[in-house]
Amino acid sequence: MNGALDAALRVARGDFVLDAALAVPAGRVVALMGRNGAGKSTAVGAIGGLVPLDSGRVVLDGAVLEDVETGRWTAPEHRAVGVVQQQAALFPHLDVRDNVAFGLRTGGLGRRAARERADALLADAGLGEFRDRRPAQLSGGQAARVALVRTLAREPALVLLDEPLAAIDAELRPGLRDAVRAQLAAFHGSALLVTHDVRDAEALADQVVVLDAGRVVQRGPLAALRAAPADPVVAALVSS
Amino acid sequence: MRRSRRDPLARIPRAVLVPAALALLLLVGPLVALLVKAPWAQLPALLGGGTVLPALGLSLGTAAASTGCCVVLGVPLAVVLSAVDGWPSPLRRLARALVTTPLVLPPVVGGVALLLLLGRVGLLGAPMFQAFGFQLPYTTAAVVVAQTFVGLPFLVLGVEGALRGVDRRFAVAATTLGAGPWTRFVRVTLPLAAPGVAAGAVLAFARAIGEFGATVTFAGSLPRITQTLPVAAYLALNSDPDAAIAISVVLVVVALVVLVALRDRWLQGLAR
Amino acid sequence: MSRRAPVAALLAGAALLALGGCAQDLPASSGSAAPSSSPTLTGSITVDAAASLNRVLPALARSFEQEHPGTTVTFGFGGSSALAAAIVSGAPVDVFVAASTTTMRTVSDASLTAAEPVVVARNRLEIAVPKGNPGKVTGLRDFGDAAKTVVVCAKEVPCGVAATQVFALAGVTPRPDSYEPDVTSVLTKVAGDNADAGLVYATDVRSAGSTVEGIPFPEAGKAITDYPIAALKGSKNPALAAAWVDWVRAHESDLQAAGFLAAQ
Repeated sequence: MNGALDAALRVARGDFVLDAALAVPAGRVVALMGRNGAGKSTAVGAIGGLVPLDSGRVVLDGAVLEDVETGRWTAPEHRAVGVVQQQAALFPHLDVRDNVAFGLRTGGLGRRAARERADALLADAGLGEFRDRRPAQLSGGQAARVALVRTLAREPALVLLDEPLAAIDAELRPGLRDAVRAQLAAFHGSALLVTHDVRDAEALADQVVVLDAGRVVQRGPLAALRAAPADPVVAALVSS
Repeated sequence: MRRSRRDPLARIPRAVLVPAALALLLLVGPLVALLVKAPWAQLPALLGGGTVLPALGLSLGTAAASTGCCVVLGVPLAVVLSAVDGWPSPLRRLARALVTTPLVLPPVVGGVALLLLLGRVGLLGAPMFQAFGFQLPYTTAAVVVAQTFVGLPFLVLGVEGALRGVDRRFAVAATTLGAGPWTRFVRVTLPLAAPGVAAGAVLAFARAIGEFGATVTFAGSLPRITQTLPVAAYLALNSDPDAAIAISVVLVVVALVVLVALRDRWLQGLAR
Repeated sequence: MSRRAPVAALLAGAALLALGGCAQDLPASSGSAAPSSSPTLTGSITVDAAASLNRVLPALARSFEQEHPGTTVTFGFGGSSALAAAIVSGAPVDVFVAASTTTMRTVSDASLTAAEPVVVARNRLEIAVPKGNPGKVTGLRDFGDAAKTVVVCAKEVPCGVAATQVFALAGVTPRPDSYEPDVTSVLTKVAGDNADAGLVYATDVRSAGSTVEGIPFPEAGKAITDYPIAALKGSKNPALAAAWVDWVRAHESDLQAAGFLAAQ
């Protein structure tokens, strides 16, 4: 259970077709890069079980989560996959503590135990002082960090991060990147980080996959992509 | 911008203000006339006649009960309606039209329709009457049924709109945090739609407490059993218009007090 | 979420609508005035009349309009008391026909009648039972039987006043399941077999056709309802209003054919 993902995804939406094989090695962070409309969010949705596949399969740590051929399908709430959405999507009617406790309670913890665990996790992430606040009282960066704590609290094997820093002011991003790196470092699973900002990939990812028009155009360590970009799109994305 | 911050009205286009004032006049004018024309001096005598207080109690009780029925039955229906985007469009439109029909139906016609369904020779009422000798009309329960019938569309449409207004991101977040459909609904969607539920309940209550046509047709009019305040007011109008105005004043005042008091409480309680 | 204040006003509006009672048709504007035997009569009038007249009066109006081309008679039918209340409040009505002299008096006492009201018809109560008489009702006594579902008019309206009289005369203590706001409402419940019996006017039993059966009873003869007619002072067409009153008086036999009793 450390998040080895092996996915072959095909999703057709009108003119757009996502047709990509994605793999994340156990315990690693892979950055999924691409321009707007390249299919990054569709890929994340498909792996999480939120977007149905037209064909292909999703295998996590040897367990088949979805296979169109055999009709096998695991509901998203039963996948060991965590998702952090573009906007943090913290529940506005719950305070920070109960937001983090939410996923712990669905996992079977009682209300009290879940809250105690949530307090501990928030304290570990340096967010203890915000635990009684409502999401509306948090800054964008704080909300993004809480959302990550909330997702990681369930200890998923794989976490999907869909542009978690995109909505954050540029000058705050470096500090936040460090915080996210610390949080991911303490996490034992793997991560797929969707981003169009190469600095995120540089700071957080072990490998990079570049998606364009629904297809994988290149994959490998960032340095390798920089040294020999497959096409101008890749070159533009990975240049610093 | 500086000026607009001081005076919120300045940010509204002028052209809106005139019809807005007319609308307010139309809404409040009749009320003012009622209060001006009310026979205040005789009010205690008119209201102490022994018909008003039982009718008031009955009205409050049945309106509260029917509002409860509306919430218990209407919220689930709104959930179903808000989730049927996947249905073919004619079917969806039909479902919504059926829910809306009681709104356009004259209440008296609604009462007749209820009799045809639940009266002692009605589609459902006849087997019930033959099996148990029980007939719904002329009972307090029939008043609640009539009020629920006319109030339900307000609640369903209000809640459905609120449910649609809940950002899908929150349902997605709940799902990826391991919540199944029930947990997602009870702990996320419903609390976020709570203001809509409260607003719908307030409308349903308002509609119920003013209900006349369907009640008198379906349930009848017997003091303490089925004679609600609007029915009493209508009967009084025939013999003693002053008494009718007095009863109407009571109805308006009570409704205002209840609505103002409950609205805040419901909103605070549900939206926490 | 912003709070919505007009809810209460909406409610109040609904309450007032409920009190509104009678709906009236707007007088249809008559077209070109054709030559007629009485060239002075033209235009339109509005007649407010007790609900029990809602079949016979329109028939009379048709013959009146044929006799006087270019004239139009429109009706507002409803409970007499509610109609009278509307007239006293200034409703634009040319002629009023009430189902009670007391009710007519509220209009004449307000000096709104153009001439002394005249009784043109009379009516008596009858027991109405659903077709086939499923409740096996035989007389007024059944209205005191708690096991039977019976409905009567509320004592605030004329038919309820008459009902109270006949019960007193018969020595019956009624135990109705509902005091209905008007005679139509009583008839609706009986005709739909939602009541074993109701007290209505004899003419109502006749106009309801085959859905109800009538049971006459002796006390009804001692609680007769009068139907006075009067043209109203506020009429914009007093000549036509007076002509219509005369027409109705001259055709009282038509009213009797519909089940009403002769005025005298």
